[in-house]
Amino acid sequence: MAEVVLKNVKKIYPIDDSEKKKKDDQGEQKKTNLQITDKGVIAVQDFNLEIADKEFVVLVGPSGCGKSTTLRMIAGLEQISEGELYIDGEYMNNVAPKSRDIAMVFQNYALYPHMTVYENMAFSLKMQKYSKAEIDAHVREAAEILDITPLLERKPKALSGGQRQRVAMGRAFVRNPKVFLMDEPLSNLDAKLRNQMRAEIIKLRKKINTTFIYVTHDQVEAMTLGDRIVIMKDGFIQQIGTPQEVFTHPKNLFVAGFIGVPQMNFFPASRLQQEDGGFVAEILGEKFRLADETVGALANAGVSGEREVVVGVRPVNVIISEDGTGIDAVIEVAEMMGSEMHLHLKAAGTDVSGEQETEIIAIAPTLGLDVEAMSAGKHLRLNLQTQAMHFFDPETEESLL
Amino acid sequence: MKDFAYTRDFKSRALIFAILLAVSIIVVIPYIWMLSNSFKTTMETLTDPMHIIPQEFTLDGYIKVLTKSPFFHWLGNSVFITCTNTLVILFTSTLVGYLFARFRFRGKDFLFAMLMFTMMVPAQVTMITTFIIIDDIGLYDSVWALIIPSFVNVFGIYLCKQYCEEIPRELIESARIDGAGDFAIYWRIVIPQIRPAIGALAIFTFMEYWNDYLNPLIYLSSTEKMTLPLALSYFSTQHTTDLSATMAASALIMIPAAVVFIIFQKQFIKGLSMTGMK
Repeated sequence: MAEVVLKNVKKIYPIDDSEKKKKDDQGEQKKTNLQITDKGVIAVQDFNLEIADKEFVVLVGPSGCGKSTTLRMIAGLEQISEGELYIDGEYMNNVAPKSRDIAMVFQNYALYPHMTVYENMAFSLKMQKYSKAEIDAHVREAAEILDITPLLERKPKALSGGQRQRVAMGRAFVRNPKVFLMDEPLSNLDAKLRNQMRAEIIKLRKKINTTFIYVTHDQVEAMTLGDRIVIMKDGFIQQIGTPQEVFTHPKNLFVAGFIGVPQMNFFPASRLQQEDGGFVAEILGEKFRLADETVGALANAGVSGEREVVVGVRPVNVIISEDGTGIDAVIEVAEMMGSEMHLHLKAAGTDVSGEQETEIIAIAPTLGLDVEAMSAGKHLRLNLQTQAMHFFDPETEESLL
Repeated sequence: MKDFAYTRDFKSRALIFAILLAVSIIVVIPYIWMLSNSFKTTMETLTDPMHIIPQEFTLDGYIKVLTKSPFFHWLGNSVFITCTNTLVILFTSTLVGYLFARFRFRGKDFLFAMLMFTMMVPAQVTMITTFIIIDDIGLYDSVWALIIPSFVNVFGIYLCKQYCEEIPRELIESARIDGAGDFAIYWRIVIPQIRPAIGALAIFTFMEYWNDYLNPLIYLSSTEKMTLPLALSYFSTQHTTDLSATMAASALIMIPAAVVFIIFQKQFIKGLSMTGMK
């Protein structure tokens, strides 16, 4: 129950010569875009975030983006190279993990294999010198909430993945931490169990009502769990916002591509131009007239007149045209998902730069669709819903809206 | 096809069995010979030592060992030296092994390399210098001369380090967040995780010091300070050996070692096979 504040936090991993050599040996294999200075590799920089009391914040991003490092800095498992960390108003940079009053759930659960579930959950209380009766009360209460009372006498080895996950969470919240840290807690579970546990976490959160910081690479988890999402890439925060905000108003190309499945379609080298007193976007040779509100929003953002842009359109906003207008494309792969079909297409037309082979993904509802006909090789005409278009600067990759 | 597989399987099994049997016999014969002679009269051990079944079954050898010599005093010395060394080595090896496996400090690699290097120097090379040092600090003819130089065992450190490196990092971090200090982590998390290594090391060191003959021979001179292996020579004079008593003493010495082995053998075999993999 506390707010967490990170100010200009930076993490530099020093490279000593032996490691440098190792990196050289690995060569191109492990290429990251992390900034490297004389001091070392900068894993996280300019990290500014204020997490409110009882807020659920999700750090999300591809591997190597610094999200876990950030979490580990909050936990005190990594030194903070620069910047300040406050938990509940207290400066925490040099405070030992055990004095930060935090709990953490690890990706591989990190249950102590030689202890029973009960002992696992009691360990932190024992370390803090609680009395036996208090420990017992706390453990049994937590076990009750998580529905693991029958497992208390078992060793972790005798538990299923989902049960271990529960125990790991129970162990973390048994002592009522100020902040609850979770490092990809669901990534070791199969898809079905993951969905189930995701719902459990939402329920759990209502019950224990404390500050959560959750790290994941799975944007679905991020969207469903977070009050706010922090999207990271190469050590930098890309965008902070509610799930709705980052979905509807992605700040840049990376966020737009990262959030949403299937990925947003991008049409590089598209062109905005004025025509017949209105605005059109020329995409792959086809002209799409923009809705008035879009034009207004663009004008507000200072975009008027002709310019080159990257247009982004989510797959749900790609519509199969009935009247023979729109972008000409060929189906390459058609995935039947049940209520909808995911069509992977290749555009036949050329874009402004003359480059070919733009790939487009479209989601078509199965209802009223000739499913049989939607097979590889079929030509389709595609319309794009202009009110759902995103525009990005080709140079800065920032959103124009 | 199935029959063929079966015969081949049977043949190879028979072969393996035969080889194991032959090796076992070679290993076991000295023990049988030892036991057989311990039950013979002194006269018979001199005239017919190779005969397995004693012509006249007697406990004279055992009685002589237990009543005519300070056997229990020697047993006490041996137990004290062996147990102290084993416990101290288990403690230092696990602690230092954990340190080398999990902590970062300046000069760590160099220090570890130096430790490893000492393993390559044969004990015989350092024997004289060690003796001079022990003598200088006044420990000659003291059981401590057999204990203090054994406080650190490089092999033990190496073994424990390898095991500690296998412990998932998250386990230790989790304990740290749970509020455990460095020593609590070592004692409550690390030690239980490396039990196979500890079991193996316990047996190794126990056997090493229990059976040690050379070092007691060098450092101990008075009869009452002797350890059991050294005391075996008590029953030999310059010209004759009381084979019956010597064999009886040997058989008695073997008992504690066998008991320790049986207790720890599961861990021991696990430890041995796992060290083999590395």
